[in-house]
Amino acid sequence: MALINPKKKEVQVKLVYYGPGRGGKTTNLEYIFSKFRKRIKGNLTTVKTYGDRTLFFDFMPMDIGVIKGYNIKMQFYTVPGQVKYSATRRLVLRGVDGIVFVADSMALRQKMNLISLKDLQDNLATFDKSIFNIPLVIQYNKRDLGDEGIPILPVETLDNDLNKKLKAPSIPASAITGENVVETMKKAISITVASLEKRLDVGR
Amino acid sequence: MDLDKKQFEGIEKILSEELIELGVRCVLLIDLAGNIIVNLDDGDLEHDIYSLAALAAGNFGAVSAMAKIVGEEDFSLLFHKGESESIHFSKIHDELLLVTIFGKDVSLGFLRLKVTEATKKIREIL
Repeated sequence: MALINPKKKEVQVKLVYYGPGRGGKTTNLEYIFSKFRKRIKGNLTTVKTYGDRTLFFDFMPMDIGVIKGYNIKMQFYTVPGQVKYSATRRLVLRGVDGIVFVADSMALRQKMNLISLKDLQDNLATFDKSIFNIPLVIQYNKRDLGDEGIPILPVETLDNDLNKKLKAPSIPASAITGENVVETMKKAISITVASLEKRLDVGR
Repeated sequence: MDLDKKQFEGIEKILSEELIELGVRCVLLIDLAGNIIVNLDDGDLEHDIYSLAALAAGNFGAVSAMAKIVGEEDFSLLFHKGESESIHFSKIHDELLLVTIFGKDVSLGFLRLKVTEATKKIREIL
């Protein structure tokens, strides 16, 4: 849950990038870090394996401005996507305010997207949170692979697989080229902060 | 956990009196999600405290999960010893973690005593 500090007039908001392994969660954050370097006071902290796979999480703090008199500090996290790290993902999800689900558009990864989304739903439930109520944006990543002749799923198929019931905002993207990475981030920030506005009003 | 201004000020006072005046380098009161509630230091600190808080929460969470696997509720001591700087973790409430960074001039035993006193006082404010 977002931490409101009435003394410093500051809110810390946790946004987690979730999704299957090798889907592009870390690449999203790396792109954002390079684009907004001047606005990011800290570092992009990564805890990863020798093979460059996220082991624990990536973390990046970013100030996004003032809303309702409060300085909003976004805390971006990614989770390790590999199936075996479910317990770790649960730890990182603690206190989450908003989620970006980074789905892999590759046809080969269709099943892994579904497994990961179910994993997200289950892990949120352990904190009494519902995937249907939490601010959520779905990113259909790796759209660029279609131009390289690698079979990718149409957006309609991905929507049908992942978004039929959720009806979350969905954005096609390419994290490696940066296409729609910032748009995804902005949408996620917007709906997450909107969900907190009532609490900010009470705090005034 | 929503704290009011008075509670923040009360907690800062306790941590300053019990720990910073003892000579510790830095004190972070964080929640288990990795958010910083209060941070105080000796004036010379240049660490990236936001990353430190995120990692501390993750570390503590991972160690708690390991404790349960081996049949323990929690471990009573979580402490990392460095050449010149060490870090001590203490859970002071269901959702709150006290992280203390200290140098060679502060003994672990005395620190743990002071952390216990600070914890007792902070719990009265919450």
